[in-house]
Amino acid sequence: MTQPVFWALVGMALVVMGLYALIVHAHLLRKVLALNVMSSGVFLVFIGLARRAPGEDAPLAADPVPQAMVLTGIVVAVAATGLALALIVRQRALTGRTTLNDDVGR
Amino acid sequence: MSMSQSESRAAERNRDLSLLVAVSLAVLGAALTWLYFIALSAGAAPRLADLAYERLPGTGVSNPVTAVLLNYRAYDTLMELAVLLAALLGIWSLGPAAPGFQRSGAVLAGMVSWVVPLLIVTGGYLLWVGGYAPGGAFQAGALLGAAGVIVRLAGDPRAGLPGEGAQRWLLVLGVLVFTLVGLGLMAFGAGFLTYPPKFAKWLILLIEMAATVAIGVALAAAYVGGRPPGPEAQPTAEDEDALTAAETPTPDPTPALRPQP
Repeated sequence: MTQPVFWALVGMALVVMGLYALIVHAHLLRKVLALNVMSSGVFLVFIGLARRAPGEDAPLAADPVPQAMVLTGIVVAVAATGLALALIVRQRALTGRTTLNDDVGR
Repeated sequence: MSMSQSESRAAERNRDLSLLVAVSLAVLGAALTWLYFIALSAGAAPRLADLAYERLPGTGVSNPVTAVLLNYRAYDTLMELAVLLAALLGIWSLGPAAPGFQRSGAVLAGMVSWVVPLLIVTGGYLLWVGGYAPGGAFQAGALLGAAGVIVRLAGDPRAGLPGEGAQRWLLVLGVLVFTLVGLGLMAFGAGFLTYPPKFAKWLILLIEMAATVAIGVALAAAYVGGRPPGPEAQPTAEDEDALTAAETPTPDPTPALRPQP
């Protein structure tokens, strides 16, 4: 197993685990954390793919395009996380709850 | 009793649902892995990397990632700055920020007065080095944002940022300079954000400097978590005195502050 494939597999495992936590947990902070785990997984897949060599002649010429996209993605993920956390704080201040108003467990 | 019964039944159903979710997600993960291996065994398709490296000499920078971010895919980065701005507008629209933490003690304040300038200098270094090595506006902006976080944790309710009016200008600086450079290039006959190779380096550096400030301010303001505290929340003169006293290490504290033997 080459290194890029390893990182891509780890990334996919993170995405699946994050998706599980996103669905199962009701607490909004846990959902935000799960989304962050998922995005980390996506970034790992991208970085893994960036290291994939085009041929044997240029083994480790990393592809800058996925790397730049991951950099963009990190900033967007941070911005979205900040907004989500602010929304959670506001939701708790208004309603006293940290879950969405759905019928889970009823 | 019926309450507890229905509760236990609901818990049981939740457990079953979680198990179902886990199993279906495991299947999804296996399917994704299978797809990935199919894609891998199909061999490497032509990538953009070769084109990116080939055109690198005309981009004004020698770091390929910076070339992708600020030259080939400059639209992407412009929109990314807009996303950051939009997220911050969302945070501000939710109301005023919570009051800050209490003023830090002498040890933390001393550390802050060392770490924050260091972060700012390192940010400037990363901004410059991004032209030819790993680094760039986002890394530098992240360091500035971290400096803001530290200052807020040390007790400044506004994370070391100026008032709201000045913050607004700093926040839009990235998008503004980026757009103005693009429009200016259009006015001179090049396409939107199509840099002439002669000026590419300096235009990219100009955009990156503005973007660094905007990103740093946006991250620090996002950490504050609401509209910046108004003038009434500004530190009073006494607070300022305390702050400067805490920031400048005083080797000889007043005798009253010394623990009495």
